Amino acid sequence: MNAFIDFIMGPMVWISFIIFIGGLGVRAAGFFREIKQKESYIFSYMTLYHSLRSIGAWLVTFFPVSTRQKPFFYGISYLFHLLLFAVPIFLSGHVILVQEAFNISWPVFNDHIADTLTVLVIASLIFFWGRRMVVPDVKFLTSPTDFVLIAVVLLPFLTGFLAYHQFFAYRLVMIVHILCGELMLIMIPFSRFSHMMFAPFTRAYTGSEFGNVRHARDW
Amino acid sequence: MQDTSQMETKQQDEKMDPAVEGGLERLTQEKIVKGINQVLHEESGARLKAYVQTCMRCGLCSDACSYFLSNDKNPRFSPAAKVKQTIWEMLEKKGNVSKDFLRRAVRIAHLECNVCRRCSMYCPFGIDIAYMMLLVRRICHKLEITPQYIQDTVNSHSATLNQMWVKEDEWIDTLQWQEEDGRDEFENLRIPLDKRGADIMYSVIAPEPKFQAGLIYQAAVMMHAAGVNWTMPSRPGWDNSNMAMYTGDNEISGRITRTFYEAAADLNVKRIVMGECGHAFRSIYDVGNRWVSWAMPPFEVVHAIAFYHELLTSGRLTIKEKFTEKVTLHDPCNVSRGRGLHDLAREVVKMTCSDFVEMTPNREHNYCCGAGGGVINCGPPYKTERMVNNRVKAEQLKATGAKVLIAPCHNCHSGLEDIIHHYKLDMDVKFLGDIIFETMDKKVYVPGE
Repeated sequence: MNAFIDFIMGPMVWISFIIFIGGLGVRAAGFFREIKQKESYIFSYMTLYHSLRSIGAWLVTFFPVSTRQKPFFYGISYLFHLLLFAVPIFLSGHVILVQEAFNISWPVFNDHIADTLTVLVIASLIFFWGRRMVVPDVKFLTSPTDFVLIAVVLLPFLTGFLAYHQFFAYRLVMIVHILCGELMLIMIPFSRFSHMMFAPFTRAYTGSEFGNVRHARDW
Repeated sequence: MQDTSQMETKQQDEKMDPAVEGGLERLTQEKIVKGINQVLHEESGARLKAYVQTCMRCGLCSDACSYFLSNDKNPRFSPAAKVKQTIWEMLEKKGNVSKDFLRRAVRIAHLECNVCRRCSMYCPFGIDIAYMMLLVRRICHKLEITPQYIQDTVNSHSATLNQMWVKEDEWIDTLQWQEEDGRDEFENLRIPLDKRGADIMYSVIAPEPKFQAGLIYQAAVMMHAAGVNWTMPSRPGWDNSNMAMYTGDNEISGRITRTFYEAAADLNVKRIVMGECGHAFRSIYDVGNRWVSWAMPPFEVVHAIAFYHELLTSGRLTIKEKFTEKVTLHDPCNVSRGRGLHDLAREVVKMTCSDFVEMTPNREHNYCCGAGGGVINCGPPYKTERMVNNRVKAEQLKATGAKVLIAPCHNCHSGLEDIIHHYKLDMDVKFLGDIIFETMDKKVYVPGE
C-alpha cells in the first residue's frame, strides 16, 4: 500500500502533469502545423492588437452583450473558472506538498475560506449538471459525454472536501482524491477541456476578422 | 400583428423543391460519403476541428439567433443546434448519412440560417457558426442538392456573369435609357460607359437594371450634381452581386470577383463605389477576393454609405430640405457586422432626416432582416416559413413607431418589405439613396464650378 501511495503521490503526479502540459503542447503544435499547411490565410488576418482586444473584452465580467442575457449562468461559470484554478493552486494542503518536494512556496488561502470556495465549486458543478437536464436548448445540445466531463471535474473537489474534513475512511478518500485529480489532468488534452488552450485562439481569430478586416466589434 | 401562432415553421422532413428532391434521388450512398468527406477533411482543416471540439455546448449562442427567438426558443434553431444537426453528425457518421438527413441539412443550412454572424458575437470562444453553415452549403453544392431558385441564380452568374440573366445589350440599353431620361431634367448628365482613367467605377447589382432602373437614374443624378468623374463598365463585371458565395459554389464565386476587379483594372479607375448592397460588399471585400488569392481587395472599395458620407461632408452634395417623417435605420449585417459602417450610416441619416429613432438592438447587434445570406433567394416555396422565422424582426420594427424604414441594402429591402406586408406594419422601406435623392439639391453641374 505504501508503495502504491508513494507512486501516486510521486511519479504519477509527474506523469499527469507531463501528459497535461505536454499533451496540450502536442495538440497545439499539430494544430498550428495544420493551419500553416492548409489555412495559412488565418495568419494574414490575425493581429496581436485585435486578438488581445477581443480576449480582453471577453475576460471583463459582464462586458459582452451575451453574458448579460444569461447573467446567472454566466456569473456562476465565470466564478467557477476562476476558482477551478485558484482553489487548487492556493490550497495550503497542496502548497505544503510543493514545499516538501521543491522547497518553494507561495501565499495560501486560509483553510476556512478555501473550504467555502470548494463548496462553491461543487455547487456550481451541480448547477451545470442540472442546467443540462432542464434548460431546453442546452438539453438539446447535451450528450452523455458532457455529464462525464462534469463528473470528472466534480470528483477531485468533492473528494478533496471530504478528505480535508476527514468525515470517514480518510486514507481511502485521500487516495481517491489524488487519483481523481490526476485523471482530470490527464483528460485535459484528450477532451473538450482542451478549450482552455484552443478558445483563446478561436477568440483571437474571430476578434481579428471582426476588428481588423470588418472594423466591427465582436462582443 | 397577424396571428401567426397557428403557423409553424415547416417540419424539417417535408419535401423540398424539385431541384433538391431530384438531386437527392440521383445521389448514391457512395457519392454522399465521398462528397461529405472531401469537404470536411480535404477542404477543411484545423479551423473546423477547433470549432467542433472546442464548443462546450453552453447555449450562450441561442439568444443571438433570430430563428431561435422567432420560433419561441425552439431548441433546434439554436446556432450550436444547427451545427449539431449537420456537421457533428456528418463527422460522427464519417459522411455515411441518409437522404432524409441531407434533406434536413439543406433546409437548416439554406433556410434556417442567414449566415449573419450574430452568434459569433455571443459565443465566448468566437466560434464561427456561419462558416460551418457555409461548409454544409458547400457539401450540398457538391452533392447537387442546392435549392432550385438560388441554384438558378448561380446558373445565371455562371452563364452571364450577372445574377439576373441580363444580356450584354440589355445592360447597355438600360443605362442609355436612364441617361436619356436624366438628360430631360439635367443638361449634360452622362452615364459614362468605359471611361478609362475615371476616378470612380460605379457598380450595381443585377436587379437594378432588371427592375429597379430608377436607382441607376438616382445615382446618375447624384453623380452629376456632385460633379463626380465616374464610369460604369459596359461589359460583364458590372454586376458585383454573388449568389454563388451563398451556395458554396466557390469556383464561380471566385470567377465573379475576378471579373469584377479585372473590369476595374481594365478601366484603370482609382476607386470602386458600390451601390447599396450588403452581400455584394461581403463578396468583393472578404470572400470572393480570398478565393482568387487577394487577401484584401486590390482596389479601394467604397460602399454607398461611405460614399454618401463623403459627398455630403465635403459639400459636393448639399441637402435642400431635410426629410421630416419619423425614420428608423436598419443596420444590414454585411455592412455593420461586416464592415463597421453603422456609425457613418447614422451620420448620413442625421444629415438628411430631422426625426430619427433607433431600433433596439442596433449596430453590430441588430437582427438580420431574415432575407440575407441567400435565404430569400431560395425563392417563393419558402416564403411563408421565412415570415414565421422573422417574427422577432417584425416586433423590433413595430416597437420603433417609425413611418419610414431606411434599409441600405437590396436584400434587406426586399425582406423587410415582405415582413412589413405580412405583419401589416405601417411602414415604408427606403434606400438611403432614396432619402438623399428626395432631399438633395439637384443642381445641374457646370464644369469649373
